[in-house]
Amino acid sequence: MRQRDALSPLRLSCVVILLLLSGCKDVWNNPYPAKDDAANIYYSSFDERPKHLDPVRSYTSSEWAFLSQIYEPPYQYHFLKRPYEVVPLTAAAMPQILQLDKDGHQIEGNRETPAFTDYIIRIQPGIRYQPHPAFARDAQGETLYNAQWKGLQQVHQLSDFEHSDTRELTADDYVYQIKRIGFSPLHSPIASLMQDYIVGLKEFSSRLDLEYAQLQQLGEEQPWLDLRPFQLEGVEVIDRYSYRIRLKGEYPQFLYWLAMNFFAPMPWEAERFYHLPGMTERNITLHWYPVGTGPFYLSENNPNLRMVLARNPNFHGELYPHSGEPADVADGYLEDAGKPMPFIDKAIYSLDKESIPRWNKFLQGYYDVSGIGSDSFDQAVQFGASGEAELTDSMRDQGIELLTSVSTSIFYFGFNMLDDVVGGDSERARLLRQAISIALDYEEFISIFRNGRGKVAHTPLPPGIFGYREGNDGINPVVYRIDNGAPVRRSIEEADALLEKAGYPNGRDPDTGKPLILNFDTAATGPDSKALLSWYRKQFQKIGIDLVFRTSDYNRFQDKMLKGTEQLFAWGWNADYPDPENFLFMLYGPHSRVKHHGENTANYSNAEFDSLFDQMKFLPNGEQRQQIIDRMITIVQQDAPWVWGFYPVDFVLHHQWYSNAKPNLMANNTLKYKRIDADTRARLRKQWNQPIVWPVVLFVALLLLSLLPAVYLYRRHERSTAR
Amino acid sequence: MMAYIIRRLLYAIPILIGVNLITFVLFFTVNTPDDMARMHLGMKRVTPEAIEKWKQERHYDKPLVYNKSAEGMTKLTDTIFAQKSLALFAFRFGSSDNGRDIGHDIRQRMWPSLAIAVPVLIMGMLLYISLALLLVFFRATYVDTLGVVLAVMMMSISSMFYIIGGQFLIGKFLHLVPISGFDPDDAWKFLILPVIIGVVGGIGGATRFYRTLFLEEIHRDYVRSARARGLSEMRVMFVHVLKNAMIPILTGVVAALPLLFMGSLVTESFFGIPGLGSYTIDAINSQDFAIVRAMVFLGSVLYIIGLILTDISYTLVDPRVSLQ
Repeated sequence: MRQRDALSPLRLSCVVILLLLSGCKDVWNNPYPAKDDAANIYYSSFDERPKHLDPVRSYTSSEWAFLSQIYEPPYQYHFLKRPYEVVPLTAAAMPQILQLDKDGHQIEGNRETPAFTDYIIRIQPGIRYQPHPAFARDAQGETLYNAQWKGLQQVHQLSDFEHSDTRELTADDYVYQIKRIGFSPLHSPIASLMQDYIVGLKEFSSRLDLEYAQLQQLGEEQPWLDLRPFQLEGVEVIDRYSYRIRLKGEYPQFLYWLAMNFFAPMPWEAERFYHLPGMTERNITLHWYPVGTGPFYLSENNPNLRMVLARNPNFHGELYPHSGEPADVADGYLEDAGKPMPFIDKAIYSLDKESIPRWNKFLQGYYDVSGIGSDSFDQAVQFGASGEAELTDSMRDQGIELLTSVSTSIFYFGFNMLDDVVGGDSERARLLRQAISIALDYEEFISIFRNGRGKVAHTPLPPGIFGYREGNDGINPVVYRIDNGAPVRRSIEEADALLEKAGYPNGRDPDTGKPLILNFDTAATGPDSKALLSWYRKQFQKIGIDLVFRTSDYNRFQDKMLKGTEQLFAWGWNADYPDPENFLFMLYGPHSRVKHHGENTANYSNAEFDSLFDQMKFLPNGEQRQQIIDRMITIVQQDAPWVWGFYPVDFVLHHQWYSNAKPNLMANNTLKYKRIDADTRARLRKQWNQPIVWPVVLFVALLLLSLLPAVYLYRRHERSTAR
Repeated sequence: MMAYIIRRLLYAIPILIGVNLITFVLFFTVNTPDDMARMHLGMKRVTPEAIEKWKQERHYDKPLVYNKSAEGMTKLTDTIFAQKSLALFAFRFGSSDNGRDIGHDIRQRMWPSLAIAVPVLIMGMLLYISLALLLVFFRATYVDTLGVVLAVMMMSISSMFYIIGGQFLIGKFLHLVPISGFDPDDAWKFLILPVIIGVVGGIGGATRFYRTLFLEEIHRDYVRSARARGLSEMRVMFVHVLKNAMIPILTGVVAALPLLFMGSLVTESFFGIPGLGSYTIDAINSQDFAIVRAMVFLGSVLYIIGLILTDISYTLVDPRVSLQ
């Protein structure tokens, strides 16, 4: 009996080991529940928690990645067509645009500059909101959850509300949201811009501020101000499904704003609901629980862990587009033409802050799509003989596909035009800036710091934006010359010659006889930035200039930019909308950072450029606009307020089971177009993730073996006599 | 003992005020209210008016610690410091600069932190003490020398290596557990790897430390007496030596107990665990002073509690100690 007992642990161990070695057919490293293996779910990750999910305030890509699937502005970008085209979303048609004189009479033809422009928008009837407790009503038709409701003690999250309902989307909801843009406590980032255009919005904001202050005096710190009774002169409801927005003068780019979440509808019931007493203390707010009409609703919001979008049961329905670019048929982007969307039931976004686990989970099939970090770039991508990026063999073997697209963004190196040395309109300063533009070798920069993921910029306009010129027509002649039909960066000798003409022979300051010292103001600090900063220094040394780094944290850097005390800096811009105005305005004098707190960070000012900008802004895309843009580009290339830097190229990988992946850099509401082949995914995940147990068994066995001498010594010690 | 505890609690008040003040000064030396507003309002199209409005709404438009324009006591109370920091003493953490209730967030996020920290502490203690006693048993033999060399090697390796290496080996190569993530309904499979890494990462330092403690005890008279009484070496080690070495062990362990709530910054970040460690680091990155001050205050309070608990625990393991 004793002998049997002694063997039991050994037998048990053998059973466990055999079980482990048998390699159970299930995978063990699946971070999702096994029951979801074959479910029609899209899996992705996020590394930064969205701060706000209120469409009036959200303005970052991390916020719009979620919001745009939930809220529906009246317009959207066509998913497939390029150049980007605005098409109706909830609107029944494109807006009716009326130009008016100062008396409000419609102007026929192009006889005069309009005093006002009306946008008349008609939305489709029958669109309904997602189920939400804000719409729940009692038998008498009164809102169920109101200040008198007593059950809040049992509520910890939105799903704890027992009742929910919906209602039809109306024009009132769009008008309510535009009023919210003007309500200053909501901090809409476009409030100031829109006050310049929407008739009466500025006065409306001031009136609301007074009303709100009075409400606050009653004791509540953040009371709900019902915006419905307040009239906004430039915005009115025409009927249940139509509304009018009146703009001062004309602003053709306004159409693009109508395709952004700022102009998505907001039901007043939602605002009232979230302002009920006790909601904020439970973190039940509009920032956390959006209310929309889109194809998805946020069924779980735990941005410290995961965010889940589920199919909106009340979605009005939308068909996959029938047309696109000519290549879209061959690329398979039109296979779903005419089919009802969305194609997936749920999207789960998991928080993964670090790139290494994120990348490995993509390789294991637990994320459907991935970017490529610098750590994993060589593992994923190689460059062919012609310099074209292609996947490595291991990626191809796994069926992974690569999509690249030049981003509608620019990263530039700026000169403070208010600075005595590098700034100003003098020939000396211009030549100095041109010489530096030649010396800063952005081809090398892209190769070293971006793994080739960038395209050298010759102008402020990236590809895909009207006005951008391809090929040799689009090169910057100040920095490049054509050699054998291809653009070649001008030599350092040419830069030296420019410096000499500027009065800095060999880069030396004539006053001191020593190398000219320029200051680069940057927030790039720490060991990671060392290589980058030493690269900049090396570039300036090529023309004999000493570069001094004035590093600070980002806050101090912003202060310098606001006060104009910087000399050289690096900055970037991501397009709001696909129009040249959205890039060229960064060089428009009246938008200068120091004088007007605008986006013209270089504080560049050129009367001819500004005048051309004022013309270009109102013109439709066409030959006349192109000519004006060409002239504007020539001016800024000669003045060189920026070294034009580069346009980032986005590299995105996706698995074979993920389709309709065409990159769309303007649209954010693209989840509805995506399709997943869940069966293939489940099969491949299982194949790729079979547990390997034998090394663990071997390790444990070795560990036990190594303990045997110790056991022996211990037993010998215990049996020995005292000495 | 009660008088002692009350006295220690009263001592804590000036300490906490000091900690609050230092946090406040350090934070606002690096970040002005304007910086905070810009961070929260975003990078694009932020107007000076919007910045002023943001500060005004959150009372960051007041002087930092002394309001010259106020009258009487309001010179001190109508300031950012008084309005933002003093409520902490009533454990009213208020709202983050994003408007979320901090107390609610802390209550939610402390559980995942504890889910890692508690198993690491318990399993770690058992393993480290056992290993240390084993080395002491084999003192002055090749086993001891080899053990110490291994311990020094393990101490010298960065915790990041354990994390990345563990994720690569166990999660990616062997496919035994998920590489990262968390699911409250199925937490165990996400905790295995961080717990193993937490325990293994601490072996080197802790084993060496405990070995030193036990070596000091092993030559004492009571050990010789125990052996003379014919007790097994196992009993001598695990009962007599361990018990007498408890004071320095408790000094380290009990003081750290309350801090288990605060989580681990690196581990939580790499494994995607939604604990208080990542909460703090996110707040620092987003310049959310409300959360930073709440977490620093909470950390100070817990540390003080830990020290008091340590003192109390001395009386439990050593009858000669009494608190007066």
